Amino acid sequence: MTPSRLIDAPFEALQRRIGAARMPYVFVAPNLLVFGVFVAAPMILNVWYAVTGGTQLMPGDRPYVGAGNFAELLDCGTYGVIATCKQDRFWRAVANTSWFVAFQVIGLVAISLVTALVLNRRMAWRGFFRAVFFYPVLLSPVVVALVWKWILQPDGVLNALVVASGGARVPFLLDPGWAFSWTIVVSIWAHMGFYTLILLAGLQAIPADLYEAAEMDGTSAARVFRRITLPLLMPNMMVVLVLALIRAVQSFDEIYVLTGGGPGTATQYIVQYIYETAFANQTHILGLAAAASMLVGGVLLVLTLLQLAASARARGSEARR
Amino acid sequence: MKSILRRTLLAALAALLPGVALAATELRLMWYNDGNEGEVMRDLLNRFEAANPDIKVILDQVPYKAINETLPQLVASGQAPDMARITDLGGQADQYLDLGPLLKDRAYWDSNFANTLPWMRPAGNTTGIFGLATQLTVTMPIVNETLFQQAGIPLPGAKATWADWAVAAKAVAQKTGAPIPIAMDRSGHRVAGPAISMGARFFDGDAPVLVDDGFKAMTRLIYDWHRDGTMSKQIWGSVGGTSYRGANEEFANGQVVLYFSGNWQFPQFAKTIGDGFDWHGVPNPCGPAACTGMPGGAAIVAYKSGKHPAEVARVLDYIASEPVYAEFHARTLFLTAHAGLAAKGIDYKTDMPQIRKSLAAASANVIALSPVAYKLQTYARNRILFNALIVRLNQAIAGEMSLDDAWGRMTSDVADGLKAAGVK
Repeated sequence: MTPSRLIDAPFEALQRRIGAARMPYVFVAPNLLVFGVFVAAPMILNVWYAVTGGTQLMPGDRPYVGAGNFAELLDCGTYGVIATCKQDRFWRAVANTSWFVAFQVIGLVAISLVTALVLNRRMAWRGFFRAVFFYPVLLSPVVVALVWKWILQPDGVLNALVVASGGARVPFLLDPGWAFSWTIVVSIWAHMGFYTLILLAGLQAIPADLYEAAEMDGTSAARVFRRITLPLLMPNMMVVLVLALIRAVQSFDEIYVLTGGGPGTATQYIVQYIYETAFANQTHILGLAAAASMLVGGVLLVLTLLQLAASARARGSEARR
Repeated sequence: MKSILRRTLLAALAALLPGVALAATELRLMWYNDGNEGEVMRDLLNRFEAANPDIKVILDQVPYKAINETLPQLVASGQAPDMARITDLGGQADQYLDLGPLLKDRAYWDSNFANTLPWMRPAGNTTGIFGLATQLTVTMPIVNETLFQQAGIPLPGAKATWADWAVAAKAVAQKTGAPIPIAMDRSGHRVAGPAISMGARFFDGDAPVLVDDGFKAMTRLIYDWHRDGTMSKQIWGSVGGTSYRGANEEFANGQVVLYFSGNWQFPQFAKTIGDGFDWHGVPNPCGPAACTGMPGGAAIVAYKSGKHPAEVARVLDYIASEPVYAEFHARTLFLTAHAGLAAKGIDYKTDMPQIRKSLAAASANVIALSPVAYKLQTYARNRILFNALIVRLNQAIAGEMSLDDAWGRMTSDVADGLKAAGVK
């Protein structure tokens, strides 16, 4: 009996028993099971935690509080003035995350695009440079954070260079502004390789004859980029944008190790707030943390849908031209 | 054929039986290390296992963070190890196993551990034995005397105030170029002792009250010290939230004049500093109300969810026995919580003068501990107060809010935390 026959035989027997129409369910069942256990069930459980109170871990032991946790999170004297909010640390985390996402996503997409354009050109050592830019993606976030901490701490490598060149030590991780900026830089450095790869794949899929035709017409490089590269790269750009946005909102591991959310709460982002509320404090306020995670999930869903809608509209108007 | 199969099965079963009978009961002990105590405990447990082949104790050595953050989740979900070494002694007291009825000589425990047994009891319980204190700690300053000598400035005396120490440490730092005059662990527990010295009461009757005049006085000092450079933002400013940050590495590197931490650092400094410079513990600085630090300690507790309570009690009886307990302390250089041994004195296995001097200072600091400090340490929800303190004071130091606003937020955070914990 050949190996393929070994695999086919039981499935053929099963198909004879349940019919061909039901066979697709058999094939997706393993994946559905994993998805159900590790994604769907925790999401449903999270909803239950969000509408229940107390500090008990077991769902059955938790008293129902309805929208109480959401009301607590959204309770502000004056919206926009964090000091008037009951859960001011939640709002600080929201504000920090918003600024972080804005700068990090724009920076990440721009730098990844430029890097992909450069790496797409014919150049010496191209394979080597592609590997170099992708390398940080392979590192554990904790390693990334520890390496950068070593560089940025008061006695770190960067300050050694500053002092050696006659300057005074800079509080890179101790000043709120500096620390916030460095979380963006480190995050971009750690992740840009992945997005560069997606954009590079998109660039290589653009037919070369379009560029040859543009060259024969004497089109300027800027116009080629604006009229050929960018529109044809747009599907990949949308993927990068959506993924980068979601990843930025979820930022936690490398920043937690790098700054611990400090100084003060200058680099405390929303996932750290959720983590600390649920697990790090002596009183584990799981309901509040679950409600915060649902709010974040909701905002992410809306942003993603808006981006996809904008992308679809752009493709539609492109097609009408 | 059938009879051959039956005979084979029976033979296999018979062969397995002795193995089953001799299979040791496996107990898991979740453990963290400050110094060499894991190594010492493993050695002691090896001897126990040799004498008790029916019990095997697996020492799961984890980071301290896992004890504070992962262990409570395991306990709440019914996945607790048989035993764990913890420092939040009353934190999950309702989940601890009452060892009292299982111990060989309960009177020995009652008489020798009377001071620490209440720290692990659930609310309302006054007689149970819920764990074994493996060490007694006291928060206290450790100084780099070499820097004082280099600066030509004498160490402040036994009754010196926090203000005296701040002036002296700053002067030493200026003369020697040491970057950090005073460092304090980023921990609410660490701030509490000095706050009590300044007059903080922490309770109104039995109700916890974090912010009062004494508390304000100490937190104002810490806030001001961060502004005038007496304390470096390098310690408190380099992390956020409730994260702990010690200054032990900075002290070991000779960058700190006075380090406010506790006696559990001594074994570590014996290794990392040795006699690289002259360091030792000193008496706790005074305030208008006291010259106190905070007591504390670590304890091994057992959990109700464990399947082998009798075996757990045998292990703890062994560790608590006087010769074993004395050896553990002699080799780890910990202060003992055992009244009998404290009276006799521990023959610490060290010839380092720094350690001898530091242990003497720690013992004197234990005697000087304020009753308020003991009450706060015994209070099962004290971490709610400590966390509020550290998060909000840090925000004020980072310039995110005024000290007045931070005090207000501390009060509301404590009220919210107690409410969430179901404390009326």
